[in-house]
Amino acid sequence: MIAQMLRVTEKEALTPLVTRFRFEHPDGAPLPLFSGGAHVVVEMPYGDMLRRNAYSLISAPDDGSGYEIAVRREDNGRGGSRFMHGNVATGDLMAVTSPFNLFSLDLRARKHVLIAGGIGITPFLSQLHQLSRMQVPFELHYAARSREEAAGLTFLPSLPHIHLHISNEGNRMDLGAILSGQPLGTHVYTCGPEGLIAAVEDAARRHGWPAAALHSEAFLSPPPGKPFKVTLARSGQTLTVGPHQSLLEALEAARIDIPWSCRGGACGQCETAVTSCKGRIEHNDHWLSDDDCAAQTKIMPCVSRFEGQELIIDR
Amino acid sequence: MTRVTFSPSILSRPVYAPLESHGAGPTIMLCDAEGAAAILDLAERDPAVMDYAHVIYIPSGSDYTVRMRALEARQYHEAPSYDAITARYRKALADATMGTRLYLAGTEGLIGKAAAEALAAGLPAQAIQAEHRGSIARRMQCVHCKGVTEDVTTDPFTCSHCGLTLFVRDHFSRRLGAFQGVCVDAETPGEVPERQEILP
Repeated sequence: MIAQMLRVTEKEALTPLVTRFRFEHPDGAPLPLFSGGAHVVVEMPYGDMLRRNAYSLISAPDDGSGYEIAVRREDNGRGGSRFMHGNVATGDLMAVTSPFNLFSLDLRARKHVLIAGGIGITPFLSQLHQLSRMQVPFELHYAARSREEAAGLTFLPSLPHIHLHISNEGNRMDLGAILSGQPLGTHVYTCGPEGLIAAVEDAARRHGWPAAALHSEAFLSPPPGKPFKVTLARSGQTLTVGPHQSLLEALEAARIDIPWSCRGGACGQCETAVTSCKGRIEHNDHWLSDDDCAAQTKIMPCVSRFEGQELIIDR
Repeated sequence: MTRVTFSPSILSRPVYAPLESHGAGPTIMLCDAEGAAAILDLAERDPAVMDYAHVIYIPSGSDYTVRMRALEARQYHEAPSYDAITARYRKALADATMGTRLYLAGTEGLIGKAAAEALAAGLPAQAIQAEHRGSIARRMQCVHCKGVTEDVTTDPFTCSHCGLTLFVRDHFSRRLGAFQGVCVDAETPGEVPERQEILP
């Protein structure tokens, strides 16, 4: 991935848990433009290792003067978001990749229905800029626990087709009502917790929506687990993957060249062939098919782990 | 013999399968000629599919009217031609919402035209099912003059618009709902292969 060093020019707390960061080129040079829903990967030199986390861009896609992201602090996470909140200050230089989009709007749609849960509002913030330029019908449903936690509120214009569903105010999202009566050619996009994505898919199926009209994005952070050993078929080298490290990070630490993009089990870039598996692969990705997972012949090193005697991968 | 097995061809050539019920839900059904038998078979397998169905039947000489009426669809219309029901069909699509299923049955000409109309109205391709019954006549577009000739049964055939002799291709346009016809004697004018009945 192409990364360039960008300067942190703004850092602003949106809520107690969510902070907005703005990156600009140190020389003020314009940055590549992107499309709504795109993300960048930010590199964090964290202790003796390099963490790379993907964040959706929340700024306008046609504005190359800077990139903005919103980071939610996960106190029980692996430390990337804590690093962003605690260790990054304005003026710092950080490596930021070019934008990459796994969650773009389907431009064939007649209408777009965006459903956000919590911090899942972020990709929609850039899409809203694009939608208002395109002048196509859309509606946004944004669910949050409370107004205080709803980081997206500051960015949302007051429009009749932008709906807030605040649980502690008692107006929870009614997916059946949202999905019924939508005109032909409507596409639905969901970003948020796994449970929300599953609920939208389930409601859509019950209402007879074809799967092709449904889009979702859920980046996983690599789940921690027991340490495990992996052998690399090409060099015969054996690595140990630490409890809070992903297989991808262990490969990178050993200077193995491996392609990657989302680092969250969604894009498929780091897919790796398994040449021997005596044990069980914990498939945590959204990429491999059920058959591939069952066959244990492929692994997604960004999020998946292993438990057993021997794992040999084609790297 | 109203069911036809088409020989395998290029990916572009549409393939058809027996209609499969998605149960009771907003439904538009459009059939012509022998296609009515496919709707009757579908309703026999799952009567609930008729609960919210808007059925349009173009008999074109077939006689299923008594049995089609007896299905007691939510709405039922008969019409002498596709052109005669185009306005009604467009209105049904304009009023339809996501979750609506479209079942088409009958000739390839009807299926092609009706599917193109539905896609243009925004209905997702996955919401459309089609079962071929009856004639294997094709709806052909002349790639030269763009005119469409209906019910083509021979290969080559004469374009009803510009008069060129056209070769019947399996290349199908989903946007137009028509197969593509290409001039057969462009290189050697006048050297036209013998006209044959088209095969499935």
